[in-house]
Amino acid sequence: MKKKCAFWIDGKSYEADEGENLVDAALAHQLFIPSLCYHKHLEPPLGTCRTCICKINGKYGPACTEKVHDGLQIELNTPELLDMRKAVVEMMFAEGNHFCPSCEKSGACDLQHMGYELGVATARFPHLFEDRLIDFKPKRMIMEHNRCIKCRRCVEEVFTDEGKRVFMYVNRGNETFVGIDYEQESRLSEAQALHAMKLCPTGAIIVRGESLPRPLGDRIFDNQSVQKDFHSAPIQQMEADPKEKKRVATVSLAGCFGCHMSLLDIDTGILDVAELVSFDKSPLTDIKKFSGRCHLGLVEGGCCNSHNIEVLQYFRKMCDVLVVVGECAVWGGVPAMRNTIPLSECLEEAYLHSLTSETGETIIPYHEDLPKMLDRVYACNEIVKVDYSIPGCPPSAEHIWKAVKSILFGAEFSLLYAEFKYD
Amino acid sequence: MSISIPSNKYLFPIEPRRSALLSDLWQYQLSERYISDAAIRHLADAHHLSVIEVEGVASFYHFFQRQPAGKHTIYLDNSIVATLKGSEKIKVAFEQATGARTGSVDASGTFGLFDTPCIGLSDHQPAALIDFYPFTDLNEKKVKEIVDLLRQGKTAKEIYDVPDDHLRYLPDNNRSILFADENTGEAVGKLQAHTPESILELLQKTDIRGKGGAFFSTWLKWDACRKQAASPKFIICNADEGEPGTFKDRVLLNSQTPSMLEGMIIAAYTVGATYGIIYLRGEYRWLEEKIQQNIDDFRAKGLLGVNAAGIKGFKFDIRLETGAGSYVCGEETALLESLEGKRGEPRIKMYLPVEKGYLQLPTVVNNVETFCTVARLLQMGLSEYIKRGIPGSPGTKLISISGDCRLPGTYEIEWGMPVLELLDLCQADDPFMIQVSGPSGHSISMKEQHHRICMPGAGIPDSMNCGGSFMVFGKNNDLLDILLNFASFFKQESCGVCTPCRAGNFIIQRKLAHLCHGTGDSADLQELKKWAILMEASSRCGLGKTAGNAIIDTIEKFENYFSQRLPETGNTGIRAFDMVAAVQEYEKFKPLAP
Repeated sequence: MKKKCAFWIDGKSYEADEGENLVDAALAHQLFIPSLCYHKHLEPPLGTCRTCICKINGKYGPACTEKVHDGLQIELNTPELLDMRKAVVEMMFAEGNHFCPSCEKSGACDLQHMGYELGVATARFPHLFEDRLIDFKPKRMIMEHNRCIKCRRCVEEVFTDEGKRVFMYVNRGNETFVGIDYEQESRLSEAQALHAMKLCPTGAIIVRGESLPRPLGDRIFDNQSVQKDFHSAPIQQMEADPKEKKRVATVSLAGCFGCHMSLLDIDTGILDVAELVSFDKSPLTDIKKFSGRCHLGLVEGGCCNSHNIEVLQYFRKMCDVLVVVGECAVWGGVPAMRNTIPLSECLEEAYLHSLTSETGETIIPYHEDLPKMLDRVYACNEIVKVDYSIPGCPPSAEHIWKAVKSILFGAEFSLLYAEFKYD
Repeated sequence: MSISIPSNKYLFPIEPRRSALLSDLWQYQLSERYISDAAIRHLADAHHLSVIEVEGVASFYHFFQRQPAGKHTIYLDNSIVATLKGSEKIKVAFEQATGARTGSVDASGTFGLFDTPCIGLSDHQPAALIDFYPFTDLNEKKVKEIVDLLRQGKTAKEIYDVPDDHLRYLPDNNRSILFADENTGEAVGKLQAHTPESILELLQKTDIRGKGGAFFSTWLKWDACRKQAASPKFIICNADEGEPGTFKDRVLLNSQTPSMLEGMIIAAYTVGATYGIIYLRGEYRWLEEKIQQNIDDFRAKGLLGVNAAGIKGFKFDIRLETGAGSYVCGEETALLESLEGKRGEPRIKMYLPVEKGYLQLPTVVNNVETFCTVARLLQMGLSEYIKRGIPGSPGTKLISISGDCRLPGTYEIEWGMPVLELLDLCQADDPFMIQVSGPSGHSISMKEQHHRICMPGAGIPDSMNCGGSFMVFGKNNDLLDILLNFASFFKQESCGVCTPCRAGNFIIQRKLAHLCHGTGDSADLQELKKWAILMEASSRCGLGKTAGNAIIDTIEKFENYFSQRLPETGNTGIRAFDMVAAVQEYEKFKPLAP
């Protein structure tokens, strides 16, 4: 029988088998320590993702490389540490190119799940948009380097029957990626390949022909938080007379109007809203110009051209509170898929070399009356200060309206886990 | 040069052949001037590894080129000191003379021109390595001459500059420790009179601590290793000083290798080690022959080998291994990984090297200067040694001074010297900011000029430590440029394993580039500071933990400077945006006027 020990988390004593991994020991007591690289049977633990950072006997350190013993003192859920762990997850989103709406693993992705659990609506870091390879050469797999968080699980776990590595870090520094050995990969059995895909916490390793069996809304991480007391991040409420009728403006920049459609998804609820707010400049009213200052501006879409920038800057000027709605506005979203490709290549492909364009017959549009294309799509918070971000593609109507009601009228803001999505 | 793979014959019998992988890669690099796909495959077969595993190792070290890198490969130092000594002009001169653009090879394949971080010649900037031989104090005329000579068929080995040690200052009245007169073998000669316990006691009383910059107590480290039951044990000399601005170990390796070897022998005797390895940084390859000669001499004199130093039953030998360009390998566990023929990734701190080090065996890793100091301590004895320095911080420290001063070079100071005195000695006329212990160290302002340089934790008020690098910056420098240079360095040198360091350094570097470009304000500066603090708390090893030090320090200590350098954050909520730059690419499609 294993020896028991008593260790401390945030001032409370807990019991566990001595030598048990701290992440597991805490979870046994329903204390959630976020982790991504941690994989139970890999010894020594990898300690690469740093999502589980906490204070161990007064010093910062990852929980996943710690074994519990008598008297171990852990600080876990202080405001500073909660924010730090959130920042590390945000860093992964900023570093990679994570387009959840178009990812096979969406709904079953550990990174996305951590984002939900920690309430990551936007990254505090500007996205890097580095050009990364999608490697179609392996026989069984597709290696999607845009999604890889370099957790090292596959490097340490996937071997051929001969004992040779299939995955290995290549390069160094910001250019590090997980390389795949084509020859060794081709020797893996179907089961071994599937194991590698399952092992991957994101959608970086995809076995050809595999798709997710569960439909939207019913996927592993869709509905239930692992935290006993999940609660959403608080929202800043306006200081204004709650009885006053509020003026709201909306706009769609580099978006698809899907978020505006989602706005309307509250069905008859829209009648209540119409009594409380009046819409100023908005595609919903077709009012083209601001008639005056507004309490709230809702922005869909990021900035892909000079006009978007001007409109957004003007919205910031005219609105007391600015809320960005949807993935595109929050960090660029699907239009930002072009951000890793030079603009001229995109334009040439679209206007000169596309299937329907005849050689010499088409041009790349340029006219002084046309907005100018930017070198990349910019997130709204790179251009102006944003007061609140609502992720999703599109965000659920519930999330949008709960936020709006809370900001404008001081309604209690309590978001359900299932209402917070990136796809 | 003929290639014999695996070249494991030079290894100790206990070492697996994988330990020869770096050396094997070097053979290809030196003979073929790059590492071809065929070479990678050949090595994979020879070592029974998958191709990707060898690729992973080769691509980790920047001196291993995966594309042909020219008959002559030129690495120009791009450290901050090189920049302020005019390396940009030298770069242009090399580009013109060779016809190669930086980062590539000229059309004829004769010259490859590349950037590299600090090559340990900050007292001789601008400087470059050509075919791994140093060329110092470059100017445009000299560059042309060098390239002409190489074109005429001279080899770099025939025409390189032997860098002057620039030993500018030693403590007065023969109080030097590291450069005192000595006869080779004198220190280890005294071993007969010592027991391991008495050596540990000596180290404890003199409070010798790791002089690579971590200042960990040497006796504690050795004692912990001595107590390990596992054997054999290893003594590793960390000769991989990669911290930009430091070159003190270069000077020691050039003239004091016998002391260093003696220090290693003393360590081996104390902890009961059988094998010693010197891990020399790739930038100092040109010193390899000299060091090897010293090892051979020691062996010939019976100081190494069976009955080493004339002590019956004491078997100890030393071999040399050369790195291949990677700053992080100066971190001791990364160094151990590199010695094992792997990527130089720091290990998680579950075990100390003294418990499970090289090949998971008990290992002592110490810096060149530490071993030299121990040898001299044994030679001069306790009573002489503790006369140096100040109470609480006895002894001396070797410091590499570079930057805006008239006498850059090596200074052996007694602990306790005030910053101002050192600045006077090196004739820094107009110091504004000093980067102490390199980019990962601390930035100080002239407000701290009276602080005394001593070991940390000595309980001396108004003091600071110094690991070796001491870079002086005058008022004509832009602090943002300096920070950007540091950030670019860390971005490239991060091992890439943990998120905060790999992504964080990149994110910080981008932000600093924006600030230097003029898009940004004081709020961005505060953001940078927060990110640096996050990296400090959450990174996996010292590299990530210290990469933001200069950012945190300068923002705190140079508040006035930055308030003038950057615009105030306005209250409009609209951020600075460079529309001209953002539409520049699109403007290419503007139709020409008819």
